[in-house]
Amino acid sequence: MAVLKDATAIVGIGQTPFAKQLPESERALACRAILAALDDAGIAPDEVDALASYTMEETDEVEVAKALGLGDLTFFSKVGYGGGGSCATVAHLAAAIATGQATVGVAWRSRKRGSGPRPWKNTTVQLPTPAQWTRPYGLLRPADEIAMLARRHMHEYGTTRDHLFNVALACRNRANQNPAAIMYERPLTREMYMNSRWISEPLCLFDNCLETDGALACVVVSAERARDCRRTPVYVHSAAQGLPAQHHGMVNYWNDDPLTGPAWTAARHLWKHADLTPDDIDVAQIYDAFTALIPLSLEGYGFCARGEGGAFTEGGALETGGRLPLNTSGGGLSEAYVHGFNLINEGVRQLRGTSTAQVPDAATCLVTAGEGVPTSALLLRN
Amino acid sequence: MLTPVVDDDGAPFWEYAARGELRIQACADCAELRFPPRPCCPHCRSFATEWRRVSGRGRIWSYVRPHPPLLPDYAEQAPYHVVLVELTDAPRIRLVGNLVSGPGARLDSVPAERIRIGARVQVVFTPTGLPQWLLERP
Ligand SMILES: [Zn+2]
Repeated sequence: MAVLKDATAIVGIGQTPFAKQLPESERALACRAILAALDDAGIAPDEVDALASYTMEETDEVEVAKALGLGDLTFFSKVGYGGGGSCATVAHLAAAIATGQATVGVAWRSRKRGSGPRPWKNTTVQLPTPAQWTRPYGLLRPADEIAMLARRHMHEYGTTRDHLFNVALACRNRANQNPAAIMYERPLTREMYMNSRWISEPLCLFDNCLETDGALACVVVSAERARDCRRTPVYVHSAAQGLPAQHHGMVNYWNDDPLTGPAWTAARHLWKHADLTPDDIDVAQIYDAFTALIPLSLEGYGFCARGEGGAFTEGGALETGGRLPLNTSGGGLSEAYVHGFNLINEGVRQLRGTSTAQVPDAATCLVTAGEGVPTSALLLRN
Repeated sequence: MLTPVVDDDGAPFWEYAARGELRIQACADCAELRFPPRPCCPHCRSFATEWRRVSGRGRIWSYVRPHPPLLPDYAEQAPYHVVLVELTDAPRIRLVGNLVSGPGARLDSVPAERIRIGARVQVVFTPTGLPQWLLERP
């Protein structure tokens, strides 16, 4: 049986600039990011035979293959559920390559979210029917849906706004070190956080990710091939997707326990097939569309016990030199929100030793995809 | 305001609601309740369903207060309260709704300081058949 563990590696990463508004189309941005990743890997576009992206990606594989002059594709895949799909794109390529269905895979995400439409704003489009149970009551945006879980977590476990601020601050501090980040040179203070406007109580402005235009890509090949590439290979040590029993979109309020979301399901598989435990993780890139997802994910991936996700953030735990340095490029909260793909590329930079907020001797990194929705995760090592 | 986009599975819920009845889908074979409605019982895989009337009493499991930017009709009433109500008769069934001072009242009609997790609530219905919630002890 083919085994995924360390059988493949990420050997190239690429991205466009990030901005509130970029002039080029999503298609052009996708092409630029993919070419940059292939150039980083030292692999010619016509060697690519596998592609993977999100179902929400507007530029499909036909357009990419045509525009970039790719060769014959023998594997292509798309993963659903928005930001929950990020890590699964790499996982699908790794599985395809490990089982001989392809040799060079590219995963990407291109998005104009800063200048483009927001799905919840469009009132002319008929709502999806699952929304009949939530939207008529004014639970309109993802922030509202996650705030419901955040409030319950605060009530049940004493999680505070200061805990959420710790998350926002760690991301912002790292973005302040990263010239590519939207929030480079824009520090955040506790006063700014506590005085900012509400979006959906208990979540304020700084609990929400950025609206960003940009694209990213990475290149996956076999471990054998990776040894001949120009960069230090970053191995895909373990990968998992997670859709818990009786889950329901981003409003899993009808489970027995809505505070154990998809992270818990993905984590069980991820660690089961790894030689590592949470204690072995040097740095983490955890999906941060909202600060409140971090305590939930810290619990789900086993960095602390149930209910301790808020308290875990105390004492600088998520900062450089802390117990678990978090989102070291600034994450979705402060670098760019491109459905979490920037977290993958930053995980690669950490293990290459080239991050702008480098964790000394980082050898292992957890990368996660959107929590609250069907999700995915990667354990990377060098 | 947004109105429910009703599908075949959910239609009975809204038909009962229009008559002022809160009913939850149940399996006609194993009797387990389920929400949201769907064609098949996840416990015994039976397709036989019935709609069981519940008391309409519950407790607030959690709540949020959305602020703009929101759709215009909602922005006009913001900040308002969206509550998640756990039904007394069926603790795993939680309904999203609004806490209001009376049937059809504005979404911001209950003062923020009156809302707390665990508060007891009772269902009422708007003239268009949308379930809403009143505090048992306003
Ligand atoms: Zn049944």
